[in-house]
Amino acid sequence: MAVALAVYCAAFAWAPTTLLAAQPPEAAQDGFVPMDEIPADEQLPAAPLLVAAYSAVWAITIGYLWTIWRRLGTVERELADITRRVADRGQS
Amino acid sequence: MNRRLFPLLTAVSLLLFVTAPIIIVRAPYESTMGLVQKIFYFHFPAWMAMFLSIFVLGIASVIYLFGRKPTADRLAVAAAELATIFGLMGLVTGPLWGVKAWGVWWQWDARLTMAVILELILVAYLLLRQYGGAGADRLAAGLGIFAMANVPFLYISTEIWRTVHPRTSVVPTLPIDFGLPLWWSFTGFIVLCLALLSARSRLEEQRSTLERLYQALEED
Repeated sequence: MAVALAVYCAAFAWAPTTLLAAQPPEAAQDGFVPMDEIPADEQLPAAPLLVAAYSAVWAITIGYLWTIWRRLGTVERELADITRRVADRGQS
Repeated sequence: MNRRLFPLLTAVSLLLFVTAPIIIVRAPYESTMGLVQKIFYFHFPAWMAMFLSIFVLGIASVIYLFGRKPTADRLAVAAAELATIFGLMGLVTGPLWGVKAWGVWWQWDARLTMAVILELILVAYLLLRQYGGAGADRLAAGLGIFAMANVPFLYISTEIWRTVHPRTSVVPTLPIDFGLPLWWSFTGFIVLCLALLSARSRLEEQRSTLERLYQALEED
């Protein structure tokens, strides 16, 4: 029973030590260490930014064209309506 | 404006925009910025289209303020709206380029700050026209002239002050590999600007006609 307990405790003592050794080092607690270049895998990818920029330009252009088309449609409908009213008034 | 102008200008600008990516893809990568530098081929032309719109706004505002020509006022409103739209394109594409090239989305340097202020002036113009009431047209014309006066300062700001933004003097010295896609896109944006100007001016013309008809109806 005592031997089993000792083995059991040793296993528990060994496992965290191994896990801690496998984990990355803790972030600097006392100060920041400068570096000249960040690793490539931590740099922002350029392609999504490029795609976002071009997509934004297209979206703004198409959106603005749509607003012009909608406003023009509204005004032309009103024009047709008022022209008809003027014509009706002229007849009566 | 000629009604046949809009379809023609739209067709030409669409052709230029559809073929622009092919030319942009073939352009070389810039040595320090890499792929993200290709945002330049839409970013710079968007600002140039904005400047063109602001010059139309300013000149039309002068004509309206001193000549009282209603056509000039309608053109000024159309140009102001377009300038705001192209400025928005520039303000969106710029930070997307800057976050990769400079490591920050934004910096309050002379060029960028003046660009935001110019955009706000244009928004103020549009709000004044929409909600300003009687006399707002002449007040807005003054604001339009002020916006036009800001453009030369914005353009040369990178030459006068130390800014994080690349200098404008770089553009005329571009080698042909960078210059061809730039001027191709530039032409596309300018033609698009003219197409949108013709469409937006027509909208103002129709609104003006509608207003006159309503007034005539009320007088009867």
